[in-house]
Amino acid sequence: MIAPQTLLDKLWKAHEIRRDAEGVSLLWVDRHLVHEGSHHAFARLKERGQRVYAPELTFAVVDHYAPTRNRDTIAAPDIRRMIDTLDGNAQTHGLEIFGLRDPRQGIVHVVGPEQGLTLPGLLINCGDSHTSTHGAFGALGFGIGATQVAHVLATQTIPQRKPRAMRITIDGRLAPGVSAKDVALGWIARLGTSGATGHAIEYAGSAVRALSMEGRMTLCNLSIEGGARFGMVAPDETTFAYLKGRPYAPGGAAWDAAVDDWRGLVTDAEARFDREVRLDAAEIAPTVTWGTAPDQALPIDGTVPDPAGLPDAEAAKVRAALDYMGLAPGRPIAGTPVDQVFLGSCTNARIEDLRAAAAVLAGRQAKVPGLVSPGSMIVRKQAEDEGLDRIFIEAGLDWVASGCSLCVGMNGDLVAPGKRCASSTNRNFRGRQGRGARTHLMSPVMVAAAAVTGTLCDARPLLKDRAA
Amino acid sequence: MRGWDQHEGHAVALPIENIDTDQLIPARFMSTPRSEGYGRFLLHDLREGAQDFPLDRHPEASVLVARRNFGSGSSREAAVYALVDAGFRVVIAPSFGDIFAGNAVNNGLLPAALPEDMVDQMIRSLGDGAAPVRVDLEAGLIRMGGAEHRFDLDPTWGLKLRNGWDDIDLTAQHSDAIAQFAERRATRFPWAWPGAKRSV
Ligand code: SF4
Repeated sequence: MIAPQTLLDKLWKAHEIRRDAEGVSLLWVDRHLVHEGSHHAFARLKERGQRVYAPELTFAVVDHYAPTRNRDTIAAPDIRRMIDTLDGNAQTHGLEIFGLRDPRQGIVHVVGPEQGLTLPGLLINCGDSHTSTHGAFGALGFGIGATQVAHVLATQTIPQRKPRAMRITIDGRLAPGVSAKDVALGWIARLGTSGATGHAIEYAGSAVRALSMEGRMTLCNLSIEGGARFGMVAPDETTFAYLKGRPYAPGGAAWDAAVDDWRGLVTDAEARFDREVRLDAAEIAPTVTWGTAPDQALPIDGTVPDPAGLPDAEAAKVRAALDYMGLAPGRPIAGTPVDQVFLGSCTNARIEDLRAAAAVLAGRQAKVPGLVSPGSMIVRKQAEDEGLDRIFIEAGLDWVASGCSLCVGMNGDLVAPGKRCASSTNRNFRGRQGRGARTHLMSPVMVAAAAVTGTLCDARPLLKDRAA
Repeated sequence: MRGWDQHEGHAVALPIENIDTDQLIPARFMSTPRSEGYGRFLLHDLREGAQDFPLDRHPEASVLVARRNFGSGSSREAAVYALVDAGFRVVIAPSFGDIFAGNAVNNGLLPAALPEDMVDQMIRSLGDGAAPVRVDLEAGLIRMGGAEHRFDLDPTWGLKLRNGWDDIDLTAQHSDAIAQFAERRATRFPWAWPGAKRSV
């Protein structure tokens, strides 16, 4: 009898070419996604005089430096050079590229699933830590550094030690106005930014099953912020329905064979995890971050921590974060005025996220400026077909092209020093959105609510009698 | 890359938790070619604002002692380039971001994880100063101020650091096994190739 296996066990075994005496596996990589930041890796490949091993499994996407405005006249030479370099490398090695002018361009973790490049049962690597997003399909998706990107380019394999298995089970129903983003910020606040270090997380439970693919991607995307490199959800009918007919997904008889194989990608009933965490969906409230790490988060009706009364080391950390964020201790987080909003990033800029935000914004005016950057140009087109762009524009927000934009501040979009931004992104690190920028992470509806009121606030009253 | 067994240098403390990769190197410097050197970008914004920053006081330091979750955040290997180009060979902390730690080893930088109380003790004894330190990779020992601390290191990482090995060369030895694996996979799971299966 075969011992019961977790989804992780099955995926790992399916990709393991060999394991060395020290227990490190050499894994086959099914999809390798590269972006402008991969230039160090291509340079290394060139130094070694090597070619890309499997160009048909390697896809290039322009996102990190993609301008969200005036794409035809990129003024900054650095940005132009980064994009040209990727174009050049794609051409040299014969890679398909979703370039700046391609109608399919977008953020790498949005484009992959959207094109059907991301499938259950695959191993997907990309030089970006939020590659964990792709695990939402029941795949192994993890971010790698430049040296490893060069390794995958040269060999189509990745040496990796198998992580420990962790399961986060979320049962029950999420309340209206509460989304996958709140679930993620909630568990990270509870376990800490290194709470899942060394583990691969499988998300399970009725609340996860009820999530759309968009929601599952948000959940898996944020796994890295709790220290895990992998987030996974076992594939099911929701997964198959999302993928069917996507450009690179298998078609015809190959589709049926694939679905047959994919149905086996579930954790066996008796399988053991190294760690189990359980959450009650009904207890999860809209959540915002108050500090400079993703675990410094609280429910929107909560109060900012007071360092007085905390142990020394903890107090110093809280004080430093409050100081940077310009927040007073012990005060309610709701009502904090914001200077601007950002709706975008691979965490929360898919069509469902835009719809949810638009539900709050429809017929209302934003009190502060803001940027809406869809996850891909296809999402952008779909939103325009649905008339969502009108809602954002009439509310007073800027409707721009797709890219990483204010998630990482590489393309020229920046939050000015000391300014406070309500953001649907994934990192509230110091300086992430620009030097001295103050970032509060939250869900798309909460970003929209912050735009409408000019403050951090509970989106739920604004959603009354509206479908989000 | 050259390997190393022993390192003697000076340690300096940076007693902050969650030094993430965005702090190690702000994004705006990342379009710089590596040949220009990344050392000047290390912790750029934190340093610029602060008076008397520990790293500026002790430019000779090659061992950094920091708190929990060092290098958390993004996969940007530039965070490691900044440390290496600034002369660091070792970072000591209670825990590291996973991707950062792997990137560090690939660039000859040792991420030495020590229990939190030992790190605290080191940070206290260093204070604002710098102190001589000796790191022995093979024995897994750090000697500082008369005390000896043992650290755990993934054996593969130890081998790579000591020999300066490049993974690509190591993997190349298994090229037949890789080709056979790909062939088997393409036959059994043709859907794993985008569109129609093409030869590998
Ligand atoms: S949107 Fe942000 S997290 Fe996502 S790929 Fe771009 S930089 Fe990385």
